[in-house]
Parts: sequence; C-alpha cells; structure tokens
Amino acid sequence: MPHTPYTPDRPPMPESPEQLRARIPGWGADLDPKDRPAVPQERHEPEGTGARRRGFPERQPEERPRERSIEHGTLTPVFGTSAPLRGLSGVVRRYAYRRFGEGRAAHWLLLIAADRVDVVESTVLDAVRGRPDNLIAETGVRGELTHHGWSSRVGAGRVDVRHEALDPLIVAGPWVLAGLGVVAGVRALVRRARGR
Amino acid sequence: MRAMVYRGPYRLRVEEKPPPRIEHPNDAIVRVELAAICGSDLHLYHGLMPDTRVGTTFGHEFIGVVEQVGPSVENLRVGDRVMVPFNVYCGSCYYCARGLYANCHNVNPNATAVGGIYGYSHTCGGYDGGQAELVRVPFADVGPAPIPEWMSDEDAVLLTDAASTGYFGAQLGEIGEGDAVVVFGAGPVGLMAAQSAWLMGAGRVIVVDHLEYRLEKARELAHAETVNFAEHRDVVVSLKRMTDYLGADVAIDAVGAEADGSFLQHVAAAKLKLQGGSPVALNWAIDSVRKGGTISVMGAYGPIFSAVKFGDAMNKGLTLRMNQCHVKRQWPRLFEHVRNGYITPAAMVTHRFGLDEIAEAYHVFSAKLDGCIKPLIVPGAG
Ligand SMILES: NC(=O)c1ccc[n+]([C@@H]2O[C@H](COP(=O)([O-])OP(=O)(O)OC[C@H]3O[C@@H](n4cnc5c(N)ncnc54)[C@H](O)[C@@H]3O)[C@@H](O)[C@H]2O)c1
Ligand SMILES: [Zn+2]
Ligand SMILES: [Zn+2]
Repeated sequence: MPHTPYTPDRPPMPESPEQLRARIPGWGADLDPKDRPAVPQERHEPEGTGARRRGFPERQPEERPRERSIEHGTLTPVFGTSAPLRGLSGVVRRYAYRRFGEGRAAHWLLLIAADRVDVVESTVLDAVRGRPDNLIAETGVRGELTHHGWSSRVGAGRVDVRHEALDPLIVAGPWVLAGLGVVAGVRALVRRARGR
Repeated sequence: MRAMVYRGPYRLRVEEKPPPRIEHPNDAIVRVELAAICGSDLHLYHGLMPDTRVGTTFGHEFIGVVEQVGPSVENLRVGDRVMVPFNVYCGSCYYCARGLYANCHNVNPNATAVGGIYGYSHTCGGYDGGQAELVRVPFADVGPAPIPEWMSDEDAVLLTDAASTGYFGAQLGEIGEGDAVVVFGAGPVGLMAAQSAWLMGAGRVIVVDHLEYRLEKARELAHAETVNFAEHRDVVVSLKRMTDYLGADVAIDAVGAEADGSFLQHVAAAKLKLQGGSPVALNWAIDSVRKGGTISVMGAYGPIFSAVKFGDAMNKGLTLRMNQCHVKRQWPRLFEHVRNGYITPAAMVTHRFGLDEIAEAYHVFSAKLDGCIKPLIVPGAG
C-alpha cells in the first residue's frame, strides 16, 4: 500500500475545470448556487397559480367518514378516495388511525398487518364474485421467458440473485400456511365431532 | 376505464374501474398518454409501504391530455397536454408557501410525516395513480404544466419524477467546485444525480451499483467512474482508497429501502418487513464520505425505524439532507438543461409495455431483467 501523508490540502482535482468543461456537456452550469432552484430554501411559490390568492382551499365533500392521522388538527381539505375502508382490514386500519399517532410503531405495524388481512379478504371476495386471482398472470413471471430471465442473471455477478429465491416463498408461503391451517382445523373439528 | 390494480405483494392485474370524478372544484381529469414505473413503485409492489390497499392503482409519473376540469380551474383547458409532478400539493399551505411542495399539509389526511403522492398508498393520501387510462389530478391550477412543444414525451414523463429527483439530490449535496461525489445506485434517480453533479461543478463522480449493465450506463451517459460493489470485499474501504483516504466530499443515496449488499439487512427489511428499509447504501454513504461531508438521501424509506449508523454520522460531523423532491420547483432550470442536452432523461428508457402487460413490466423492472433501466407504460396501446 503506498504511503499516504495526511496534509492540510485537499486532494488535487484529477482534471482541471477546463478539461472537465471540454469533456462533459454543461459542466459547471450550476456552479453558482444562485442558479440552483432549491436555493434559497425559503422561497415563496411564484405567483400565478392563484392558489395563494385563494387561500385555504375549499373542502372536498366527505362522502363517507374518512380516516385520518390524529396528528392532524382537521381533515385535510383534499384527500384521496381510492379503496375506502371495508371488512376486517378496515376495522384494524380504523383502529390504527384512531388509537395511535404516527410516532408509534404500533400504528404502522397494525397497518401492515391490515394490509395482509386485506389481501386474504380481497382474494376470497373476488373468487366468490367470479373474478378469481390468477397468481401466475398477476406475478408477471412470464417476463422470465419473454425478457431473458436466465441470461439476465447467470454470470452477471449480481448479488440480488441470492435472496430472489425467497420471493416465491413470500408470495406463496402465506397461502400454503393458511391452507395447512385450514386442513388442520378441519381435521380437529372432524376428530371432535367423532368424539375422538 | 382500464387501470392497473394492486392485488397483494408481487401481484397486480388490469381491471375495469369506474372512471375518476371531479371531487373538488380545482380537480382535473387527465387521460394518460404515457406513464412510467418508478423504483418507488417497487417498494409498494413488494408490500413494504404500510396501508397499501388491494384495489388501488399505482403510478406517480405520467403525462396526458386534460379531459375535464372542475369549476374553479383557471390555468388549464380541456385538450391541454400536461406533465404532472408526482407531488399532490395545494400551493397555499405553510409548506407550499416555502417551496416545500413534497411536504404539503393540505392533501394527506392519513399522515403528517409525508405529503401527497399519486398512486402511492393511503400513507401518502389514498390517491389513485396514473398507470391507468384516466386519473384525477387535484389542484389542477398548481401542479400540472403544459408540455413545451420542443420536449419529447419521454423527457416529459421522466421530468415528473426521476430526472427532477436526481437533480434535486445533487443540489441537496451542496456540491462545490472540484468535489468528489459518490452516487449509490445506478437506477434512473442515481444516473440523473450523477449527470447533475457535474453541472454543479463536481471534480469527480463515482457511481456504485452491482448491476454491470447499469454501471455501463453510468459511464456512458453520466461520464462517471464506477464501482461494482459485488467485486469488492468492503466497498467502503475501496472508496476510501479511491479518495486519498479522506473520503468523498458528498454522497448521494439513490437506492433506498431495498438496498442490497447485506443479505441480512435486505431480508429483514424487504422480505420480512422488520425495519422501515434496508439501510445498507445509506450506511455505506455515512461511512465512506469524509468527515464534515454531506449526504443527500433520495432513496425512500418506510415510516418504521431502520438500523442507520447514527453514531458514525454524529462523530464525523456529517450534514444529512433529504426529502421527497419538490418537482415543479426544479422545472424552469431543469428544462433549460434538458434543452441544452446537459441532462438526458429519455436516454434511460429501455422498455415500453402496454397496460395489459403491466404485470410483466413490474416483474422485469423489479427483477432487473433484460437490461431494464426505465420501463414506460402506454395505456392506449395493446
Ligand atoms: N426522494 C424522492 O422524491 C424520490 C423520487 C423517486 C424515487 N425515489 C427513490 O429513489 C430510489 C431509487 O429509485 P430508482 O427509480 O432509481 O430505483 P431502481 O430500483 O431502478 O434503482 C436502485 C438501484 O440501486 C442499486 N442498489 C441496490 N443496493 C445497492 C447498494 N447497497 N449500493 C448501491 N446500489 C445499490 C440497485 O441495483 C438498482 O440499480 C428508490 O428508493 C426510490 O423510492 C425517491
Ligand atoms: Zn417515484
Ligand atoms: Zn400545500
């Protein structure tokens, strides 16, 4: 290892500004911080959108009770209305919002748990409604065939290949576990009904 | 209308959904011409973001034609071709008044810790996104802008997020003349950050990733030196060696929650959801930058705790800067750079998929197949 003395100077630039300007289109165009859009930080919205003139926005009608963070003093005047709360996942989500602030892990862990419940609920519901999920189509694994799954990975020295093997487990695992659980439950019931 | 719909981790399909309505006087409905999948969408797709509901439509990078406007809309007309920043924001609250559009306080009832984002879970406001034929655009007077006629559609759609975010990431790094800048991640955000670092006067730009095809793009498009971390036993030591054992002046994290490089950290975060994000790249940034250096975090992390090496950051006296990008604020200057050819967003586009092929598109982008860097979705096709 070469000896590297620690001196007060910063290491020299490998190339001079002139060389960089010649080699890289636009080098130094924003060298002056004044040319950079985020400077200064406290810059007011350029007039012209009309939003500041109009002040606090009109309120979007709340057609059904909208869950909100308890860290908000009011329902925000505008909000998304996609996928309203429903089912058991809805109960868990509503509880997470009502009971816990955003600083609490419980808030987020409950929401993640509700996400998993939602997947089960929705899968069952859509199967009953005659729009069953097609796991193969929905995961897009066909892309492995149409977009060189093998040659994109093998010999490329990628590190993500090691954990990609877990993906099918993550997708299918909960369903397999749920299936085994149902089988075990049914067995137990049958055993009990038979008076063991 | 047809729209991409989330069905659970790693699963989505196209469904017929009721078309979006004008729900507020300043709403517009936009017919999407071109949309993109972002690295951020992968965090949703993998089930990492709390309150990602089945049935929601993703997509926060899109351009299209105004189809309908609410009664108070003044700045848009039906038929206008617009590019829509990924931020949903009001333009009048405490944060918007200070240019912090990504932190708008009037659009996300679900959380105060993050602003509003199209198609990005209920944690970001519960808005459906643009990977669909039609999308509701709130505050139509504030966010959308007409696409300049000299601009290509590819550049326009990438300016709604990835290109603006990369440029913003370089700015937060407070790069000075001659600075050595390390960019972690050679995805669209990292590539744009690397290009932008030069504009701000960087003396060296080093891009780190493990996907050789992306590093090639970093060399060719961003004129950067590259480090393939899979070839280094300890990439932090290698970066120190490359920077006279001082460390780089600035490091930019353009990787985020699903960082690779530590099997355990990745599995704990991305697979088991035991932390808000795998902090591998962020920790590499903290450890490889010089004392007193600056770290700009563009990579996205979830709201739960992550194992970030704060002690090192403190002892080294680092400045950590980060945010979601305030997209529209970047545009006037960035448009000039795109027009001059200093920044070339469209050059990152590798794939186009029809809406019907969107499940495949997500898989190809997520698994990084076929040299994929940026996939576009064309709702009108297929
Ligand atoms: N702040 C914002 O406003 C904003 C906007 C857009 C995207 N993002 C975030 O930026 C990140 C990148 O987005 P993208 O679209 O470029 O995603 P991407 O998935 O295409 O790119 C991420 C890259 O990081 C690489 N990588 C993984 N682990 C690494 C490590 N330890 N060190 C170096 N590289 C590593 C991957 O191989 C990949 O090439 C995401 O987290 C996304 O959510 C933030
Ligand atoms: Zn994004
Ligand atoms: Zn606002």
